Amino acid sequence: MIDRSFIGQSFAPLTVAVEAGRLRAFARATNQRDPIYSDRTAAQAAGYRDIPAPLTFLFSLDLEREDPFYFINEMKIDLARVLHGEQAFTYGAPICAGDEVTLVSTVEDIFDKKGGALEFVTLKTRATNQLGEDLGTMTRSIVVRNG
Amino acid sequence: MMSDVTFDSIAVGDSLPALTQREISRTTLALFAGASGDHNPIHIDIDFAKSAGMPDVFAHGMLNMAYLGHLLTAWVPQSAVREFSTRFVAITQLHAVVTCTGRVVEKREGNLVALEIEAADQNGEVKLAGKALVELP
Repeated sequence: MIDRSFIGQSFAPLTVAVEAGRLRAFARATNQRDPIYSDRTAAQAAGYRDIPAPLTFLFSLDLEREDPFYFINEMKIDLARVLHGEQAFTYGAPICAGDEVTLVSTVEDIFDKKGGALEFVTLKTRATNQLGEDLGTMTRSIVVRNG
Repeated sequence: MMSDVTFDSIAVGDSLPALTQREISRTTLALFAGASGDHNPIHIDIDFAKSAGMPDVFAHGMLNMAYLGHLLTAWVPQSAVREFSTRFVAITQLHAVVTCTGRVVEKREGNLVALEIEAADQNGEVKLAGKALVELP
């Protein structure tokens, strides 16, 4: 059983640079055909100050840690039993190459179903940039298969 | 990319142009692991996947969510997207060919449009069932 006292707890904040090369690699790996996601000139022509981070990229930024699975490990969950259940984003100011993003993640809930055979953890991450602008949030739900 | 989608030009029930992706190969998963930073071995290391009781590696949920994101940003500029969420309904196996589809389910005050979106494989099995909220001019 996951220690329920993690509910409400926040993990160490992370500040991470948004790199153009990384955004290009992400665009290639996801077969993104729109040039604004890999070419600065195209991005600027579309009104962005630089290549924009795609809609799901905040998830990748949060993995830029010594231990990308920090909350899973800190909560002593076996990674091999983890499945991604749900993922949600809300959007604020755009995130572009050259930005510095600070992420703070908080455990919103931990609960179980089927007599503990499945446990669920909801982690909400708030993001701001170097100007203090609100970049929105992401909320992930993981499922831990204890059976 | 310019978009001519406006609040007045769309109606509840309208479909977004569907988007079919390339077949998901082991290379796809390796490249996505590197580019996304998601190095969970269950998606790239068959030995680890088997030790976790899976028959083989399988696709990252976030790869399919990236594909769903393409569906949205091919339809409207990214800045129009206010909310985007999905449930990962089923595991996406190797060699799947994923098609993303979506439709308008509600028009709200403030030029907001609610969408239901999904990613399904070549057999029609739904893998991701999602929602999005976009703000249109």
